[in-house]
Amino acid sequence: MTLTILGVPILTFLTFFPTVGALLILLLPSSKPRTVRVTAFLVSLFTFAASIPLFTLFDSTQRGMQFTEQSAWVPDLGITYHMGLDGISMLLILLTTLLTAVSILASFSAITTRVKAYMVTFLLLETGMIGVFVSLDLFLFYIFWEVMLIPMYLLIGVWGGPRRVYAAVKFILYTVAGSLVMLVGILKLYVAHHATTGVYTFDLLQLYDTALDPGTQLWLFGAFALAFAIKVPMFPFHTWLPDAHVEAPTAGSVILAGVLLKMGVYGFLRFAVPLFPEAAMTYTPWIIGLALIGIIYGALVAMVQRDVKKLVAYSSVSHLGFVMLGLFVWNVQGLSGGILQSINHGLSTGALFLAVGILYERRHTREIADFGGLSETLPWFAALFMIVCLSSIGLPGLNGFIGEFLVLLGAFRAWPLVSAIAAVGVILAAVYLLWMYQRVMFGPITHEKNRGLPDLTKREFWTLAPVILLIIWIGVYPNPFLRRLDVSVSELLGRVRTHTLSLKAPPASPSMAVPASAEGAK
Amino acid sequence: MNLLPISTPLGMIEPLLIVCGVGFAILLLDLVLPHSKKHWTGTIALAGVAWAFVRAVGQWGLEQRGYADMVVLDDLATLFNLLFLASTFVTILLSEPFLRSETVEQTEYYALLLFCTAGMMLLASALDLITLFLGIEVLSISLYVLAGYRRGSDASNEAAMKYFLLGAFASAILLYGIALTYGATATTNLSKIAEALTTAEAAFPAGLLLAGMAMILIGFAFKVALVPFHMWTPDVYEGAPTPITAFMSAGPKAAAFAAFLRTFFVAFGPIHGDWNMLLSVIAALTMTVGNVAAIAQTNVKRMLAYSSIAHSGYVLIGLVAGGNAGGTGAIFYLLAYTAMNLGAFAVVILLEHRGVGGDELRDYAGLGFRYPLIGATLSLFMISLSGIPPTVGFVGKLYLFGAAVQTGHIPLAVIGVLNSAVSVFYYLRLLVLMYMREPGEVLPPIRVPAAIGAALLATSVATLGVGIFPGGWMEAARQGVRALFS
Repeated sequence: MTLTILGVPILTFLTFFPTVGALLILLLPSSKPRTVRVTAFLVSLFTFAASIPLFTLFDSTQRGMQFTEQSAWVPDLGITYHMGLDGISMLLILLTTLLTAVSILASFSAITTRVKAYMVTFLLLETGMIGVFVSLDLFLFYIFWEVMLIPMYLLIGVWGGPRRVYAAVKFILYTVAGSLVMLVGILKLYVAHHATTGVYTFDLLQLYDTALDPGTQLWLFGAFALAFAIKVPMFPFHTWLPDAHVEAPTAGSVILAGVLLKMGVYGFLRFAVPLFPEAAMTYTPWIIGLALIGIIYGALVAMVQRDVKKLVAYSSVSHLGFVMLGLFVWNVQGLSGGILQSINHGLSTGALFLAVGILYERRHTREIADFGGLSETLPWFAALFMIVCLSSIGLPGLNGFIGEFLVLLGAFRAWPLVSAIAAVGVILAAVYLLWMYQRVMFGPITHEKNRGLPDLTKREFWTLAPVILLIIWIGVYPNPFLRRLDVSVSELLGRVRTHTLSLKAPPASPSMAVPASAEGAK
Repeated sequence: MNLLPISTPLGMIEPLLIVCGVGFAILLLDLVLPHSKKHWTGTIALAGVAWAFVRAVGQWGLEQRGYADMVVLDDLATLFNLLFLASTFVTILLSEPFLRSETVEQTEYYALLLFCTAGMMLLASALDLITLFLGIEVLSISLYVLAGYRRGSDASNEAAMKYFLLGAFASAILLYGIALTYGATATTNLSKIAEALTTAEAAFPAGLLLAGMAMILIGFAFKVALVPFHMWTPDVYEGAPTPITAFMSAGPKAAAFAAFLRTFFVAFGPIHGDWNMLLSVIAALTMTVGNVAAIAQTNVKRMLAYSSIAHSGYVLIGLVAGGNAGGTGAIFYLLAYTAMNLGAFAVVILLEHRGVGGDELRDYAGLGFRYPLIGATLSLFMISLSGIPPTVGFVGKLYLFGAAVQTGHIPLAVIGVLNSAVSVFYYLRLLVLMYMREPGEVLPPIRVPAAIGAALLATSVATLGVGIFPGGWMEAARQGVRALFS
């Protein structure tokens, strides 16, 4: 199926339309920030609108990639311009286009200096992000993966808080170090593929079939996993995250939490696991262990934060632990739960950062102790903020519940004890988020400045509204989303199983006996 | 017009003759031109280089040996000739503002630049250790003078003196190495040395040969600034006039690598195992020392000097990997490095010339938003130098590391990528300064001189364009390497 927009295949269009928009904005006069803002918003809104057909026209019964495009690029090296998506990347692309539009809208009043450069940077970032999710060629993927770093680096470093330069440099050094090790892994894989087949190619779907001996697989999985684990971030590679989140401007944090962390998760799903399934099985206990540490450690550290934004940042470490746990229990519930939870986290945590940004714009502080009693002055905000917090906690009826429930269910089927430990994380989430909410929103007003703060403006309401709508939709009726994941998830599980059947004692044997169609949770 | 048929001995080295001839013509013109017209010599030099470039393009695909097999015309030589001519062209463009602002003689400057280019071209076409030495000397002596061209400046004099003393030593060692190799193999011809090494395995004295090879290696290591023969680089780069610094990091470095490549792939190819390990250790050391030292620099020219050392280390990976892949990687990287590094220097020269600060890193504070286009261009070059896509620097590294992985030098590839990660820190520090710091003083508006503007345009188009579509350059590099193994 080839769907085109203005004669351009849809995935190429989605990837590069923001760049075209950015170039357009370059031509606008910087003396008119309002025109620049509105143009940028329209570009991102149009990109979002153009991405909706991916969801509606997606064939949830078809195996393999959809909306594919392929053309030769550097034939000598076996590099092709190959794009396509499955259920997993489709949802992540929609998340990206939605959150970009929301973030740009949220930046209208927060960003007052160098507006033009900001909007250009943001739109270039969107190109990088979408590119990562649609690339089916390792070379193309790597380019987008790295290209995206520079705009994010600038967003943190130019428009960030007081320690922004430190945070920006730390962010880029961590991620670049990881990516470069992965680059060696990619090259090794490329050479190994040639050694067995005689063909040089970076095409992911061909590389899936590369026969590798177990020792090489372990090394290569390690090289890929390091890059993705830094991005997720998994404990103990998470230390860049709080700095980056706290210093980044609101919109930067939204994108960082909402999309960039998901790239790590996506990297495991699309690259590390299907390329090296045996190694993935071997590493499973370690990853599960780190995920559990992340869940508990992130939650405990979040609990003692005085700064709301830092609290949300550490809650990300905990939530991403859940996602990784779901991925590595190797059953349908865990895997679809993990993927859905990573979408959920993008929505909930994105909205949490938006809320923190709204507070910050009013009071220019993020210290929990500086607030209190805001529910009286900001009733609308209080209501929406409550929904967002509850979604992040995992209250039934909201999206977080579905994801966490599936992950815990999947984990329980594999290892009940693991599930029990992870469940503690859910309780801790309730503790730190509700406690924070109570201190910020309830009680008497202790600071004079908190009196008479204006409630949500229309624009602020519309930044939160679409996200909250999705939070409720997924919470009440997740089926449209889960259905689109089904085939991709079972395909991935199928790959892992066929490749590990030959192993003598697969670590996750309890889940192995269950057929892929058993989907009790739905 | 076709003055010299390609088959004649003179036709074979036509571009070289053009460059030399224009150089002499400029020297003579100096006698007759009135003082106010001396800047014409720059235009003449540009035209001469362009003419030679066109003639060299015409030689693409041709193969011939001449002068008793001492000079060769093949795709490797032609490709490097094109690279030298292009980098000389850009250097002349960059030199014009410098020559105008400093009260120095213009004519000799251009003549020396052209003679230096001729030396480089001879070096890339040398099929004999004697011609090779001749090329190196013509190149070096011109450069010694050019490095000290700011006669009034102590730093420039120091640079020239240091470069000359150390360079003379290195040349002497190289020459001694050539003598020992001749003693061991009874020939100075590169192909015949290889023959001697393959056929008469037991007949030659191994110690003598290895000593000779080691000394030749030292000579090259000095010229391309490999650790531990890199000490001169930062001082010379800092003291020399900036256009000459830019030139040194591009043309002469590539020329020395061209000869290095030919000598070690052709002459010492049969004893690959004897030098491979040594070179890989030097490569690892060079990358690490260059990158780590660059972090500590506060002066842009010194930083770029250490970065140039580090980049020599990357290119060396290609030599270690060897074969088609390694050679292609090394050549492609040299092309890439020339483009992006000349571009970076062009920005430094522009700012220097316009009196916006000097060479100190802190002078770059806040430039990015004050001069958006200049800031964006410099950012592009820095991103490319640090090897982040979609730039030519990334493709070059990909190819080099790919060659290393392919030949089983995975530890070297890992050291290479870790070094790239280190280098991101100091290259992007310029971005930090330009975009994340406030300017120290009010920055005056800049008008970009047309010559520098043209140089910037050409280098940035190459950096970004070839980064996205590397096919053409890659094919050229591959063709060049094929000449080595034919």
